[in-house]
Amino acid sequence: MTPAVILLHPDDNVLVCCRTVMVGETLSIDGDDVVIVQSVELGHKLARCALRAGDKVIKYGAPIGSMTADASAGGWVHMHNMKSDYIGAHTRRASGGEP
Amino acid sequence: MNAMGYLRSDGRKGIRNVVAVAYLVECAHHVARRVVDLADDPDVHLIGFPGCFPNDYALKMMRALSVHPNVGGVVLLSLGCEGFNRENLAAHVAESGRPVETVVIQNAGGTRSAMAEATAAVNRIRDTMRRDAIRVPIALSDLVVGTVCGGSDGTSGITGNPAVGRAFDRLVAAGATCIFEETGEMIGCEGPMSQRAATPEVADAIVASIAKAETYYRAMGYGSFAPGNAEGGLSSQEEKSAGAYVKSGTMPIIGLIKPADRPPLPGLYLLDVVPDGPPKFGFPNISDNAEIVEMIACGAHITLFTTGRGSVVGSAISPVIKVCANPDTYARLSEDMDVDAGRILEGRGSLDEVGEEIVAMVEAVAAGAQTKSEAMGHQEFILTYKAFEPLGPGCLPRAS
Repeated sequence: MTPAVILLHPDDNVLVCCRTVMVGETLSIDGDDVVIVQSVELGHKLARCALRAGDKVIKYGAPIGSMTADASAGGWVHMHNMKSDYIGAHTRRASGGEP
Repeated sequence: MNAMGYLRSDGRKGIRNVVAVAYLVECAHHVARRVVDLADDPDVHLIGFPGCFPNDYALKMMRALSVHPNVGGVVLLSLGCEGFNRENLAAHVAESGRPVETVVIQNAGGTRSAMAEATAAVNRIRDTMRRDAIRVPIALSDLVVGTVCGGSDGTSGITGNPAVGRAFDRLVAAGATCIFEETGEMIGCEGPMSQRAATPEVADAIVASIAKAETYYRAMGYGSFAPGNAEGGLSSQEEKSAGAYVKSGTMPIIGLIKPADRPPLPGLYLLDVVPDGPPKFGFPNISDNAEIVEMIACGAHITLFTTGRGSVVGSAISPVIKVCANPDTYARLSEDMDVDAGRILEGRGSLDEVGEEIVAMVEAVAAGAQTKSEAMGHQEFILTYKAFEPLGPGCLPRAS
């Protein structure tokens, strides 16, 4: 059975989805049962624990940016609540920097 | 490895024997493309440079590509009045011992006449290079293998890229030359990367190249981060970087090269693709194929292209092996994918197993097996304006 999420490095505070995790699912994260409140797709990240705005996001054991808003354990971590510490990213909707 | 290559006059060995038809300005592109179409031969490839203004980088790239070990002969298509130094390029190809002919459209009498002349040249050159081909055994230690990632997503850094890293470790151990790139996609990785440098000079060059990349991309307004990266779960440049960096494996980095520089010794190299000097001509590489072409200009026989979202490209001159990181993408686009690395996420294989599979595929493709993109006729090619300064001292390993 494929795990729903994987922890890439013991220092990480995010988990990576190995498949789409559906709203209402219950996942065991570090021994705690967490009910998923928003579906999160394959390859995207879930908060391993409660994260506060300003916290570094740690993946592969390394910082990959900072939270811009709070997220609860099991919550989706992406460009709506984190940003690069280096350089802006772009999306199809925005011409520079901001999603 | 049981494969036969094509021996070239500089001692390098090719794994393909293609005729390169090269347009030297966009105005000659149509004639060149029609000549390649009419040849209807998978060994006749279209390359070229669209600009009318001369550019040292473009000339260096075209010189390197025209004498790539996979190229057996060259037909140059010039309009006649463009800035490209066609005599310099033709002389460089001729000095390598390869057959080369130049067709100038303004002298040939126009489109139809130039097409006829160039088609005849392709036929003559193909006959000559097939007749004169010297076949010799080729080993992994003869190969230059590049890696590029494109259409990355949240799976790339977990499956496809580390699997290529395992393959790179095996290839370097077998005496191959391996090249990884996109300094713009290594922003944030300069610390650990410089610790793998074989010398303090190479470490300094790595750190400087990443600082340059950050400055350059900041001036462009964007990192090397496409909308599809975000849709696939990547949230920042440094997250993408960390995932991209693992393609390089764990071997020491023995040198830093720039596009069209030939690695002097086997081992692992970083390719610095970001132009030198103040930002001048726009984004360093406007799309993935610009990077693949630069790898090939460094001598890459094969490019390992990892993708999560699902790129379908191949390349002119050298085969591209596509390593698919995402199991959902593989299920949708399996006709374009050579390696299913996403199966690691489904518990159907380990990084080591996929790494071994990639090495086996490198051996098979070197022996003549077609990649998926080759079989479907993908021969993408793009070359744009850039500016580089020569390599600084200490960037290359010294022969011992």
